[in-house]
Amino acid sequence: MGRIVINRDRCKACYLCVDACPNKVLEADETVNTLGYYPVKVNAEKNCVGCTVCARVCPDIAIEKVYR
Amino acid sequence: MEQLVYKKPDAIRDDFRITFCPGCDHGVAVKLVAEVIDELGVREDTIGIASVGCSVFSYDFFNVDIVEAAHGRSLAVATGVKRTKPDRVVFTYQGDGDLASIGLAETIHAMTRGEKVTAICINNTTYGMTGGQAGPTTLLGQVTTTTTKGRQAELSGYPLKICEILKEVDGTAFVARVTLDSPQAIMNAKKCIKKAFEAQLKGLGTGFVEILSTCPTNWKMTPQESHARVRGEMSEVFKPGIYKDKVSEVV
Repeated sequence: MGRIVINRDRCKACYLCVDACPNKVLEADETVNTLGYYPVKVNAEKNCVGCTVCARVCPDIAIEKVYR
Repeated sequence: MEQLVYKKPDAIRDDFRITFCPGCDHGVAVKLVAEVIDELGVREDTIGIASVGCSVFSYDFFNVDIVEAAHGRSLAVATGVKRTKPDRVVFTYQGDGDLASIGLAETIHAMTRGEKVTAICINNTTYGMTGGQAGPTTLLGQVTTTTTKGRQAELSGYPLKICEILKEVDGTAFVARVTLDSPQAIMNAKKCIKKAFEAQLKGLGTGFVEILSTCPTNWKMTPQESHARVRGEMSEVFKPGIYKDKVSEVV
Protein backbone atom coordinates (compact mmCIF):
# COMPACT_ATOMS: atom_id res chain seq x y z
CA MET A 1 0.00 0.00 0.00
CA GLY A 2 1.41 3.33 -1.03
CA ARG A 3 0.36 6.92 -1.16
CA ILE A 4 1.50 9.91 -3.23
CA VAL A 5 1.16 13.65 -2.64
CA ILE A 6 0.42 15.64 -5.81
CA ASN A 7 0.79 19.41 -5.95
CA ARG A 8 -1.90 19.90 -8.58
CA ASP A 9 -0.93 23.51 -9.28
CA ARG A 10 2.54 22.43 -10.44
CA CYS A 11 1.26 19.83 -12.90
CA LYS A 12 1.49 20.78 -16.58
CA ALA A 13 -0.51 17.80 -17.82
CA CYS A 14 2.16 15.92 -19.79
CA TYR A 15 0.72 12.67 -18.36
CA LEU A 16 4.08 10.90 -18.48
CA CYS A 17 3.27 9.62 -14.99
CA VAL A 18 -0.05 8.20 -16.17
CA ASP A 19 1.78 6.12 -18.78
CA ALA A 20 4.62 5.17 -16.44
CA CYS A 21 2.48 3.96 -13.52
CA PRO A 22 2.53 0.15 -13.57
CA ASN A 23 -0.80 -0.11 -11.72
CA LYS A 24 -2.80 2.60 -13.55
CA VAL A 25 -3.33 4.61 -10.38
CA LEU A 26 -3.34 8.04 -12.03
CA GLU A 27 -5.70 9.78 -14.44
CA ALA A 28 -6.46 13.28 -15.70
CA ASP A 29 -8.65 15.51 -13.54
CA GLU A 30 -11.81 17.09 -14.99
CA THR A 31 -11.12 20.54 -13.50
CA VAL A 32 -8.28 22.89 -14.46
CA ASN A 33 -5.55 24.05 -12.10
CA THR A 34 -4.20 27.60 -11.67
CA LEU A 35 -1.88 27.10 -14.67
CA GLY A 36 -4.85 26.21 -16.88
CA TYR A 37 -4.01 22.53 -17.33
CA TYR A 38 -6.00 19.43 -16.44
CA PRO A 39 -3.66 18.00 -13.79
CA VAL A 40 -3.32 14.35 -12.81
CA LYS A 41 -5.20 12.98 -9.87
CA VAL A 42 -5.18 9.70 -7.99
CA ASN A 43 -7.87 7.44 -9.35
CA ALA A 44 -7.29 4.15 -7.57
CA GLU A 45 -5.21 4.72 -4.45
CA LYS A 46 -5.73 1.18 -3.25
CA ASN A 47 -3.63 -0.02 -6.22
CA CYS A 48 -0.67 2.24 -5.39
CA VAL A 49 2.38 0.34 -4.16
CA GLY A 50 4.61 3.39 -3.63
CA CYS A 51 7.11 2.39 -6.34
CA THR A 52 8.08 6.10 -6.90
CA VAL A 53 8.09 5.70 -10.70
CA CYS A 54 5.52 8.49 -11.21
CA ALA A 55 7.55 10.91 -9.10
CA ARG A 56 10.77 10.06 -10.94
CA VAL A 57 9.35 10.62 -14.43
CA CYS A 58 7.55 13.87 -13.47
CA PRO A 59 9.42 16.78 -15.11
CA ASP A 60 7.68 19.39 -12.95
CA ILE A 61 8.23 17.83 -9.51
CA ALA A 62 4.45 17.97 -9.09
CA ILE A 63 4.49 14.60 -7.34
CA GLU A 64 6.23 15.85 -4.25
CA LYS A 65 6.16 12.93 -1.87
CA VAL A 66 5.71 9.18 -2.05
CA TYR A 67 4.92 7.06 1.01
CA ARG A 68 5.03 3.32 1.26
CA MET B 1 3.59 2.43 9.47
CA GLU B 2 3.96 4.73 6.44
CA GLN B 3 7.47 5.59 5.36
CA LEU B 4 8.54 8.47 3.16
CA VAL B 5 10.31 6.84 0.20
CA TYR B 6 10.61 9.79 -2.16
CA LYS B 7 10.58 13.56 -1.81
CA LYS B 8 11.73 16.63 -3.65
CA PRO B 9 15.55 16.80 -3.47
CA ASP B 10 17.00 19.36 -1.04
CA ALA B 11 19.16 20.72 -3.85
CA ILE B 12 15.96 22.01 -5.48
CA ARG B 13 14.81 25.28 -3.94
CA ASP B 14 11.65 25.23 -1.85
CA ASP B 15 10.18 28.07 -3.92
CA PHE B 16 11.33 26.52 -7.22
CA ARG B 17 9.70 27.45 -10.47
CA ILE B 18 10.09 24.94 -13.29
CA THR B 19 10.08 27.15 -16.36
CA PHE B 20 10.11 24.43 -18.98
CA CYS B 21 7.32 23.46 -21.36
CA PRO B 22 4.98 20.59 -20.42
CA GLY B 23 6.65 17.20 -20.81
CA CYS B 24 10.16 18.57 -21.38
CA ASP B 25 12.90 16.25 -20.13
CA HIS B 26 14.84 19.23 -18.77
CA GLY B 27 12.81 18.97 -15.56
CA VAL B 28 13.85 15.36 -15.03
CA ALA B 29 17.49 16.17 -15.78
CA VAL B 30 17.49 19.02 -13.25
CA LYS B 31 15.96 16.73 -10.66
CA LEU B 32 18.57 14.00 -11.28
CA VAL B 33 21.44 16.46 -10.87
CA ALA B 34 19.85 17.70 -7.64
CA GLU B 35 19.39 14.14 -6.36
CA VAL B 36 23.04 13.34 -7.08
CA ILE B 37 24.19 16.50 -5.27
CA ASP B 38 22.07 15.44 -2.29
CA GLU B 39 23.38 11.85 -2.31
CA LEU B 40 26.99 12.99 -2.45
CA GLY B 41 26.27 15.39 0.43
CA VAL B 42 27.98 18.31 -1.30
CA ARG B 43 25.09 20.77 -1.59
CA GLU B 44 26.72 23.40 0.64
CA ASP B 45 29.95 23.21 -1.35
CA THR B 46 28.54 23.18 -4.85
CA ILE B 47 28.69 26.01 -7.36
CA GLY B 48 26.70 25.65 -10.55
CA ILE B 49 27.35 27.47 -13.80
CA ALA B 50 24.23 28.32 -15.75
CA SER B 51 24.32 28.76 -19.49
CA VAL B 52 22.20 30.45 -22.10
CA GLY B 53 19.29 28.49 -23.48
CA CYS B 54 16.35 26.84 -21.77
CA SER B 55 18.77 26.04 -18.92
CA VAL B 56 19.28 29.77 -18.25
CA PHE B 57 16.92 29.79 -15.27
CA SER B 58 19.02 27.30 -13.27
CA TYR B 59 19.07 29.74 -10.35
CA ASP B 60 15.27 29.45 -10.17
CA PHE B 61 15.41 25.80 -9.17
CA PHE B 62 18.88 24.72 -7.98
CA ASN B 63 19.37 25.36 -4.28
CA VAL B 64 23.11 25.98 -4.76
CA ASP B 65 25.16 29.02 -5.69
CA ILE B 66 24.88 29.70 -9.42
CA VAL B 67 27.04 31.83 -11.71
CA GLU B 68 25.49 32.89 -14.98
CA ALA B 69 27.87 32.63 -17.91
CA ALA B 70 27.77 34.26 -21.34
CA HIS B 71 26.49 32.08 -24.17
CA GLY B 72 28.72 29.03 -24.55
CA ARG B 73 31.27 30.14 -21.96
CA SER B 74 30.06 28.03 -19.03
CA LEU B 75 33.10 25.76 -18.97
CA ALA B 76 35.44 28.77 -19.18
CA VAL B 77 33.66 30.29 -16.17
CA ALA B 78 33.71 26.90 -14.45
CA THR B 79 37.48 26.76 -14.97
CA GLY B 80 37.87 30.09 -13.21
CA VAL B 81 35.58 29.17 -10.34
CA LYS B 82 37.23 25.78 -9.80
CA ARG B 83 40.78 27.18 -9.90
CA THR B 84 40.03 29.92 -7.40
CA LYS B 85 38.00 27.61 -5.15
CA PRO B 86 39.45 24.12 -5.70
CA ASP B 87 37.65 22.68 -2.69
CA ARG B 88 34.25 23.36 -4.25
CA VAL B 89 32.23 21.07 -6.49
CA VAL B 90 31.63 22.85 -9.77
CA PHE B 91 29.20 21.78 -12.46
CA THR B 92 27.81 23.30 -15.62
CA TYR B 93 24.31 22.73 -16.93
CA GLN B 94 24.14 23.46 -20.64
CA GLY B 95 22.18 22.75 -23.77
CA ASP B 96 23.64 21.40 -26.99
CA GLY B 97 23.53 24.77 -28.72
CA ASP B 98 25.50 26.25 -25.84
CA LEU B 99 28.04 23.47 -25.26
CA ALA B 100 28.46 22.10 -28.77
CA SER B 101 27.94 25.10 -31.03
CA ILE B 102 28.90 28.51 -29.73
CA GLY B 103 30.91 27.08 -26.83
CA LEU B 104 32.63 24.17 -28.57
CA ALA B 105 36.08 25.77 -28.27
CA GLU B 106 35.62 26.44 -24.55
CA THR B 107 34.26 22.93 -24.05
CA ILE B 108 37.09 21.13 -25.79
CA HIS B 109 39.83 23.28 -24.27
CA ALA B 110 38.47 23.04 -20.73
CA MET B 111 38.33 19.26 -21.12
CA THR B 112 41.76 19.11 -22.77
CA ARG B 113 43.12 20.86 -19.70
CA GLY B 114 41.30 18.21 -17.65
CA GLU B 115 39.54 20.75 -15.47
CA LYS B 116 38.08 19.03 -12.41
CA VAL B 117 34.52 20.00 -13.18
CA THR B 118 31.36 18.24 -14.29
CA ALA B 119 29.49 19.19 -17.45
CA ILE B 120 25.89 18.17 -18.09
CA CYS B 121 24.69 18.69 -21.65
CA ILE B 122 21.05 18.48 -22.69
CA ASN B 123 20.88 17.42 -26.33
CA ASN B 124 17.44 18.05 -27.84
CA THR B 125 18.61 18.51 -31.46
CA THR B 126 17.32 22.08 -31.65
CA TYR B 127 17.58 25.55 -30.18
CA GLY B 128 14.57 25.25 -27.89
CA MET B 129 14.56 28.62 -26.16
CA THR B 130 14.68 30.75 -29.30
CA GLY B 131 11.93 28.88 -31.11
CA GLY B 132 13.31 25.71 -32.66
CA GLN B 133 16.09 26.69 -35.05
CA ALA B 134 18.55 24.11 -36.35
CA GLY B 135 21.39 23.42 -33.94
CA PRO B 136 24.68 21.53 -34.30
CA THR B 137 22.99 18.28 -33.31
CA THR B 138 19.95 18.60 -35.58
CA LEU B 139 19.46 15.29 -37.37
CA LEU B 140 19.63 14.95 -41.15
CA GLY B 141 16.16 15.47 -42.57
CA GLN B 142 14.85 17.11 -39.40
CA VAL B 143 12.53 20.02 -40.07
CA THR B 144 13.21 23.12 -37.98
CA THR B 145 12.39 26.78 -38.47
CA THR B 146 15.72 27.30 -40.27
CA THR B 147 15.77 24.00 -42.16
CA THR B 148 12.22 24.05 -43.48
CA LYS B 149 12.86 21.23 -45.98
CA GLY B 150 14.78 19.15 -43.47
CA ARG B 151 18.50 19.38 -42.68
CA GLN B 152 20.56 18.53 -45.74
CA ALA B 153 24.19 17.49 -45.42
CA GLU B 154 25.27 19.42 -48.56
CA LEU B 155 23.90 22.66 -47.18
CA SER B 156 24.27 22.50 -43.42
CA GLY B 157 26.50 19.54 -42.70
CA TYR B 158 26.08 16.58 -40.40
CA PRO B 159 24.91 16.37 -36.78
CA LEU B 160 27.76 16.85 -34.29
CA LYS B 161 28.40 13.82 -32.08
CA ILE B 162 29.60 15.32 -28.84
CA CYS B 163 30.43 12.16 -26.87
CA GLU B 164 32.41 10.66 -29.74
CA ILE B 165 34.56 13.80 -29.86
CA LEU B 166 35.01 14.25 -26.12
CA LYS B 167 35.99 10.64 -25.42
CA GLU B 168 39.12 11.27 -27.50
CA VAL B 169 40.04 14.27 -25.38
CA ASP B 170 42.70 13.20 -22.86
CA GLY B 171 41.44 15.33 -19.97
CA THR B 172 38.04 13.70 -19.67
CA ALA B 173 37.59 11.00 -17.03
CA PHE B 174 33.98 10.07 -17.68
CA VAL B 175 31.98 10.47 -20.88
CA ALA B 176 28.50 9.00 -21.28
CA ARG B 177 25.35 9.50 -23.29
CA VAL B 178 22.04 8.69 -21.62
CA THR B 179 18.33 9.03 -22.32
CA LEU B 180 15.36 9.82 -20.09
CA ASP B 181 12.64 8.07 -22.06
CA SER B 182 11.69 5.43 -19.45
CA PRO B 183 11.96 4.92 -15.68
CA GLN B 184 14.83 2.48 -16.25
CA ALA B 185 16.66 4.98 -18.46
CA ILE B 186 16.18 7.66 -15.81
CA MET B 187 17.78 5.43 -13.15
CA ASN B 188 20.69 4.69 -15.50
CA ALA B 189 21.08 8.40 -16.25
CA LYS B 190 21.31 9.14 -12.55
CA LYS B 191 24.12 6.58 -12.12
CA CYS B 192 26.04 8.20 -14.97
CA ILE B 193 25.56 11.72 -13.58
CA LYS B 194 26.83 10.48 -10.22
CA LYS B 195 29.93 9.05 -11.85
CA ALA B 196 30.52 12.34 -13.67
CA PHE B 197 30.52 14.08 -10.28
CA GLU B 198 32.77 11.39 -8.78
CA ALA B 199 35.27 11.97 -11.60
CA GLN B 200 35.61 15.51 -10.31
CA LEU B 201 35.59 14.57 -6.60
CA LYS B 202 38.35 12.00 -7.14
CA GLY B 203 40.38 14.53 -9.11
CA LEU B 204 40.53 12.37 -12.22
CA GLY B 205 39.46 14.99 -14.74
CA THR B 206 36.33 16.29 -16.36
CA GLY B 207 33.09 14.36 -16.04
CA PHE B 208 30.68 14.71 -18.93
CA VAL B 209 27.16 13.42 -19.47
CA GLU B 210 25.15 14.10 -22.62
CA ILE B 211 21.44 13.64 -22.01
CA LEU B 212 19.25 12.93 -25.04
CA SER B 213 16.27 15.08 -24.19
CA THR B 214 12.96 15.96 -25.74
CA CYS B 215 11.59 19.27 -26.97
CA PRO B 216 7.86 18.54 -27.45
CA THR B 217 7.02 22.19 -28.21
CA ASN B 218 9.48 22.69 -31.07
CA TRP B 219 9.28 19.14 -32.35
CA LYS B 220 5.50 19.66 -32.42
CA MET B 221 4.90 16.30 -30.77
CA THR B 222 3.29 15.06 -27.59
CA PRO B 223 5.67 14.17 -24.74
CA GLN B 224 4.94 10.51 -25.45
CA GLU B 225 5.73 10.85 -29.18
CA SER B 226 8.88 12.77 -28.28
CA HIS B 227 10.12 9.89 -26.14
CA ALA B 228 9.42 7.52 -29.03
CA ARG B 229 11.60 9.75 -31.24
CA VAL B 230 14.41 9.67 -28.67
CA ARG B 231 14.21 5.87 -28.60
CA GLY B 232 14.02 5.68 -32.37
CA GLU B 233 15.78 8.02 -34.76
CA MET B 234 17.76 9.94 -32.15
CA SER B 235 19.24 6.86 -30.49
CA GLU B 236 20.20 5.51 -33.91
CA VAL B 237 22.43 8.50 -34.62
CA PHE B 238 23.43 9.34 -31.04
CA LYS B 239 24.08 5.92 -29.56
CA PRO B 240 23.55 5.89 -25.78
CA GLY B 241 26.22 4.29 -23.64
CA ILE B 242 29.32 4.88 -21.57
CA TYR B 243 32.10 6.06 -23.85
CA LYS B 244 34.86 6.50 -21.31
CA ASP B 245 35.04 5.54 -17.66
CA LYS B 246 38.17 6.14 -15.64
CA VAL B 247 36.09 6.39 -12.45
CA SER B 248 35.37 2.66 -12.20
CA GLU B 249 39.05 1.84 -12.83
CA VAL B 250 40.04 3.68 -9.64
CA VAL B 251 38.90 1.88 -6.51
